[in-house]
Amino acid sequence: MADSAAPFRIKGETGEWEVVVGLEVHAQITASRAKLFSGAATAFGAEPNTQVSLVDAAMPGMLPVPNRECIRQAVRTGMALDAKINRWSRFDRKNYFYADLPQGYQISQLYHPLVGEGEVEILLDEKDESSAKNIGIERIHVEQDAGKLMHDQHPTMSYVDLNRCGVALMEIVSRPDMRSPAEAGAYLRKLRAILRYVGSCDGNMEEGSMRADVNVSVRKPGDEFGTRTETKNVNSVRFVMQVVEHEAKRQVELIESGGSVAQETRLFDPDKGVTRSLRSKEDAHDYRYFPDPDLLPLELDDAFLDECRKSIPELPDAKRKRYELMGISPYNASVLTAEVEAAGWFDALIDNDVDPKQAANWTVAELFGALNRTGATIAESPVSPAHAAGLLKLVADGTISGSIAKTVFEKMLESGDPAVEIVEREGLKQTSDTGAIDAEIDKILAANADKVAEYKGGKQQLFGFFVGQTMKAMAGKANPQVVNERLRAKLDA
Amino acid sequence: MTELTAKTIAELRDGFRAGEFTAREIAESFNSAVAAARTLNAYTVETPEDALASADAADKARASGEVGSLAGIPLGIKDLFATRGVNTTAGSHILKDFKPPYESTVTANLREAGAGMLGKLNMDEFAMGSSNETSTYGPVLSPWRRRGSNVGLTPGGSSGGSAAAVAAEIAPGATGTDTGGSIRQPAAFAGICGIKPTYGRCSRWGVVAFASSLDQAGPMAKTVRDCAILLEVMAGFDPKDSTSLDLPVPRWEANLSGDLRGKRVGIPKEYRIDGVPSEINTLWDRGIEWLKDAGATPVEISLPHTKYALPTYYIIAPAEASSNLARYDGVRYGLREVPESGNLDAMYSATREAGFGAEVKRRIMIGTYVLSAGFYDAYFTKAQKVRALIKQDFRRAFEQCDVILTPTAPSAAFGIGETTDPLAMYLNDVFAVPASLAGLPAMSVPGGLDEQGLPLGLHLIGNELDEQTVLNAGLAIEERAGFAARPDKWW
Repeated sequence: MADSAAPFRIKGETGEWEVVVGLEVHAQITASRAKLFSGAATAFGAEPNTQVSLVDAAMPGMLPVPNRECIRQAVRTGMALDAKINRWSRFDRKNYFYADLPQGYQISQLYHPLVGEGEVEILLDEKDESSAKNIGIERIHVEQDAGKLMHDQHPTMSYVDLNRCGVALMEIVSRPDMRSPAEAGAYLRKLRAILRYVGSCDGNMEEGSMRADVNVSVRKPGDEFGTRTETKNVNSVRFVMQVVEHEAKRQVELIESGGSVAQETRLFDPDKGVTRSLRSKEDAHDYRYFPDPDLLPLELDDAFLDECRKSIPELPDAKRKRYELMGISPYNASVLTAEVEAAGWFDALIDNDVDPKQAANWTVAELFGALNRTGATIAESPVSPAHAAGLLKLVADGTISGSIAKTVFEKMLESGDPAVEIVEREGLKQTSDTGAIDAEIDKILAANADKVAEYKGGKQQLFGFFVGQTMKAMAGKANPQVVNERLRAKLDA
Repeated sequence: MTELTAKTIAELRDGFRAGEFTAREIAESFNSAVAAARTLNAYTVETPEDALASADAADKARASGEVGSLAGIPLGIKDLFATRGVNTTAGSHILKDFKPPYESTVTANLREAGAGMLGKLNMDEFAMGSSNETSTYGPVLSPWRRRGSNVGLTPGGSSGGSAAAVAAEIAPGATGTDTGGSIRQPAAFAGICGIKPTYGRCSRWGVVAFASSLDQAGPMAKTVRDCAILLEVMAGFDPKDSTSLDLPVPRWEANLSGDLRGKRVGIPKEYRIDGVPSEINTLWDRGIEWLKDAGATPVEISLPHTKYALPTYYIIAPAEASSNLARYDGVRYGLREVPESGNLDAMYSATREAGFGAEVKRRIMIGTYVLSAGFYDAYFTKAQKVRALIKQDFRRAFEQCDVILTPTAPSAAFGIGETTDPLAMYLNDVFAVPASLAGLPAMSVPGGLDEQGLPLGLHLIGNELDEQTVLNAGLAIEERAGFAARPDKWW
């Protein structure tokens, strides 16, 4: 990640250039599990043309009816982005011919979108609150997705799969507020996190339920905006960052070699890491937008909006701040809140009356470390929040030591058993039995009379040696505090 | 006993319930009449078995005592309504042999009430036309002829097959659709009644779309009462149509009354236009007298934006149509023309070139033009504003009156092939279009015959949701006009 203190610049022959980025993110409303106007199902990966209603296939005389849940999810998303919700909005038809578009038009919202201006706060450095930056949201509108063409099924013909046709999308349009690949990446990650917290979109970029059109232009710092290009359908955070980087460099080279940037639509080739021209502005369709006469304007009442507002869970920023107030470090708070599942897991953990700070340290270092090693998601964690709380409590009340805790955790990962059972079964309980500890100390002091003499002669650092020997003799189960006390009593007497 | 085919729906219904005749006898009479009238080209598909099956079900139901409100009544269905498993082509080659796997809400309602189907009725292609000449099946011949003439006349359009079928007594009633006069003008030409209810009364689900913000289904029948009977069944809230009105269906038939005491009839001064035959205006004056006789008070009203209605309509309707008809692309159903070594665009062009007729293409082009970048505001946005003004005209007018009386059409039926200029053809709807733009209920009832012996209609426009006053005023005219003329059977 770029150093947030130094602005991202492209060094050209004529000086430094600044990149300007805006994103149009298409997020499928996966929460509704139903299409925007037809009620057909939307399962990913279904057999071609099995999730298609008469409306989706645009049979003669078929009419769209808005799905309430799709609208509700888009409104909730708008609220989560602190955006203005338009109580009155309207659907428009975007007209063009293509085989994946049965109606011959896409129902979208050009003139009166459902959601107006909002913003997203991004952190460029998770350890540094001062690296925060707000990215403006211009609007969110709701629209239908198109179907898919399959060109590899027949030597001379293309096949059409209409399963995706009519699926509800939110188009989330940002302001041109990003100035580096890192900012674009951070924005997209943050947006995805918010969508997942709200639950409106699963943010699954591999399955195409979230994809971005990347608008990029360059300028000398302080100049007016340059001409932008739009790279369509980029489907990962990494690719979006690559597109920004590549487009910025390409445009700088183009301008510095005497050319000019054409306003055009481009495609990203992930294999080569480059973009190429798809169509120029001159070839652009005339979409002949007009209000869809099959649909009445959407009018939202107070009860609907209140319900939407009440249903929004605690969002990542609020959660992060709450964690920090509990004494959790800014870095841990940021890591713990980045994904809704992890945050939910952690909330469940600290509901068990454990120290939040220790719980955070343990979760980020131990649990996330273990999950990373095995490639498991938090949902697949073999250790439940309750079991983890059990482990942390055993450490906190001195039943086991920190180092034994690591052993117990490994065994928990393997077996899924509660820590208490493992500690009992394996006899890992820490002992504070002074008799047993004294006996071991006496043996060690007797066997190392020379070192005792050195210690007493002033070599204080040998104290650690005696602690280590005692712990070793006690197989790690001795309470370190008691060991310390007893050693001091005997050596310093 | 009069022939069954000469009876009204109310007479058939009541006679069937009283056991004077069976539903099967009704269906058989109409099936024979339909088969004997093919010269008229009113039906594109005949479904005699459907009519008989519904009739048998009705007879069985009657035996057990429980009959639907339209049990035993066979109807003609405009080809714009999707009928499950039966050709539904909107009069277009592009939907050649299309058999929908679904039934429109309106026809499903009719079936639910026990009605049978005699067949699908010819119409202008995609309901675009005022003479039935744009149909891929060729024009419908009106059963009416000018006195002493063999010239084939149009039954009007776009619901020309429906109008001709009712007038020729090869259906006791029929469904129509009205976007800018397509029920009312053919009803006037054919000497029958037809009502377009308030926009949203009848579900558009399963009705092939022409212009969504204007399209409304309605009944066509011999009498005002028959229209009320049919409309009660056709109307009703449908959650599958977002523009459907979520209101109970009034009991129009039970509340029919030709007593108009206390009602004010608005006479819009802007509807006295140049070039309209004097017979039309004479009939209009007679209509005013009839309504006065029924107890109503005529008041002059002003609808100042009337002259902009036709141009406004011919921007909005084609704009919506250009988008609504984009789905006919040869990809999923209907006609597909694939030129050799052509790509997707070539397939679109070839399919639509071969599938659409000239009038449909003209309107798609007009609609595409008025929505295109650089022209949208000048045409479409402006037209939407004028539409709002026209609605406002009516809102103000209905502060002064309860129902408005005008002529239905500026002329009687014309000959097939006589009107070739599209603009002259569009003028047919000059009186009908304002109510369409305002979404108001409007009806045509026969007022009399012109000098050549052809029917002329009177047009009643009501306030939003007030079909009752429209029907009642229609009944008052019907009772006084004494229109009993039927075309001589020459077919």
